[in-house]
Amino acid sequence: MRLSYPSNVKIVLVPCTGKVDVVHMLKAIQKGADGVYCVGCLEGACHYNEGNLRCRERVNHVRSLLQEIGLESERVRMYNLSSGEAPTFVAYAKEMTENILKLGPNPLKKKAEVKK
Amino acid sequence: MIVAKRKPFDEIMDLIKDHKKVLVVGCGTCVAVCLAGGEKEVAVLATELDMARKLKNNPLELESATLERQCDREYLAQLDNRVGEFDALISLACGVGIQFLAERFPNKPVYPGVDTCGLAVNQDVGWYEERCRSCGRCVLGMTGGICPVTMCAKGLYNGPCGGTNKGNCEISADQPCAWNAIYDRLKAQGRLDCILELTLPQEWKDTTPRTLIQPGYKKPEKAKA
Amino acid sequence: MKSGSNLEKVLRAGHFAFTGELGPPRGAHAEEVRKKAAHLKEKVDSVNITDNQTAVVRMASWAASLLLIQEGLEPNYQMVCRDRNRLAMQADILGASALGIRNMLCLSGDHCQFGDHPTAKGVFDIDSMQLISMVRQMRDDGKFLGGTEVDGKPQIFIGAAANPFADPFEWRVHRLAKKVAAGVDFIQTQCIYNMPKFREFIRQANDMGLTEKVFILAGITPMKSLGMAKYMKAKVPGMDVPDEIITRLQGAARDKQAEEGIKIALEQIAELKEMKGVAGVHLMAIEWEHRVPEIAERAGMLPRPKV
Repeated sequence: MRLSYPSNVKIVLVPCTGKVDVVHMLKAIQKGADGVYCVGCLEGACHYNEGNLRCRERVNHVRSLLQEIGLESERVRMYNLSSGEAPTFVAYAKEMTENILKLGPNPLKKKAEVKK
Repeated sequence: MIVAKRKPFDEIMDLIKDHKKVLVVGCGTCVAVCLAGGEKEVAVLATELDMARKLKNNPLELESATLERQCDREYLAQLDNRVGEFDALISLACGVGIQFLAERFPNKPVYPGVDTCGLAVNQDVGWYEERCRSCGRCVLGMTGGICPVTMCAKGLYNGPCGGTNKGNCEISADQPCAWNAIYDRLKAQGRLDCILELTLPQEWKDTTPRTLIQPGYKKPEKAKA
Repeated sequence: MKSGSNLEKVLRAGHFAFTGELGPPRGAHAEEVRKKAAHLKEKVDSVNITDNQTAVVRMASWAASLLLIQEGLEPNYQMVCRDRNRLAMQADILGASALGIRNMLCLSGDHCQFGDHPTAKGVFDIDSMQLISMVRQMRDDGKFLGGTEVDGKPQIFIGAAANPFADPFEWRVHRLAKKVAAGVDFIQTQCIYNMPKFREFIRQANDMGLTEKVFILAGITPMKSLGMAKYMKAKVPGMDVPDEIITRLQGAARDKQAEEGIKIALEQIAELKEMKGVAGVHLMAIEWEHRVPEIAERAGMLPRPKV
């Protein structure tokens, strides 16, 4: 469809969001990502039955871990759509970007740079 | 199996607040199975600690290791040459493993990263329910396979008490009355005579630390290093 | 005669016994015990003294029992298994007997969770049935639970509770049989509102010959209000309050509900007096001790027999 979405969104392809684990999301933030979001199938329509539901639980868990550490839980979230909904994908990408811009850069990024 | 729960993050942070270089040690057996202290959970904790300490401008040098288990010396021995460079160790093993680790390295502070929560069955992924208190005098033969010590809130041997509430324990509608369940189970098996006679007072065995030598084995003169 | 207590003498002489209850205060004021006791004097054969009831700390039941003896009444000293181990229990039994306490009730005890120290450790070293057996062994065999000799056997008339209304119903009479085999002398039941169920329980107890071996006192608690009835129906574990009771109280005007509650209790007592296998009534007028004289009078329980 040749729609464009914000260039700061880097996509990591997985066969199912069920493959995304807590430590993957956490490490992304640790290494300086300003935000992480998982985009999975609509609930009830997971290609592998329940993968997206498991991802939802993990995303919620990571949000609470971020709070424990002292970071904003909103940096991580879950979106659901069907694979045919390209415009929705773009809308979510824009929404997430705006959300993160409001929160500001990942505070850990500065510290990682300073260390270098 | 033994089940445990990761300690609250703030508590762990508090335990290691004065340390600068810490080794997080996981265990690949019970706590890995119950998703509290295995390799994955070690990675999550280490990542959390790294981020939180950076945000506080008090960076922490962290390394991790996950042993097969921490209740057998041969696995603890794998850490012998590493431990020296750290200020402290955090162990995610059950209370047994943490103590064995601490005993092996008595000059290093060893902190628990989990609270050991009992002996439990696995109902579903991440869902565990306690079934045994290791009292040492199993009466499951008499009670149709339901433990009165663990499952009865009052640990009665001649239950039920008068507080049974529609088949549930008086303390909560979510807790079935163990003796009601024992009665139903024995009745279905035609074995109510098991509980017709008075069960005599228990000789409590779990009040002092117990040592077990299996028959056919001898306690060695000196414990192995 | 196992203890020579007033209650025992009344029951063995064939009279219909009438006992009351008193909850010790949540402080050290002996006067509060004396005040409540004054209402009950000469109106009942003996008075239950509760032991940290609902797991809330109160003056010790042995102490309040002693105060009662000093006031000229007879206590039924309650001991729960929740707060003491077997050593403390045996020690307290010896002490109680030395102080002249002659009736004792062996109970499990409400779970700590209900009370003012919910995280306290519930002891439950032995259960209520094992306690009954232990007291009997001290009294009749002169032996402590551990087997050594008791130098001065306690003289105790042993009581226990029965709840015919908790599940499983069919098992309750067998549990009563177990308590009888363990050595219990008298039983007080949980307060009765479901008379048909109680009749069935007593019928089973009669059939098993239990009522010839143990004195059963039927528990009665008059409803003070509709609110109390609803609360007991919904919130008290093991309590069976039939809808008919609620309906009856609903039919009475607000200020007449207490009277209706008393009327219901009086009807029950009248029936229980004639019921085979029932040796007496245990009136639990909790925090309503001042109404006991009136209820006793109207129920035809006065004067109490002198034995």
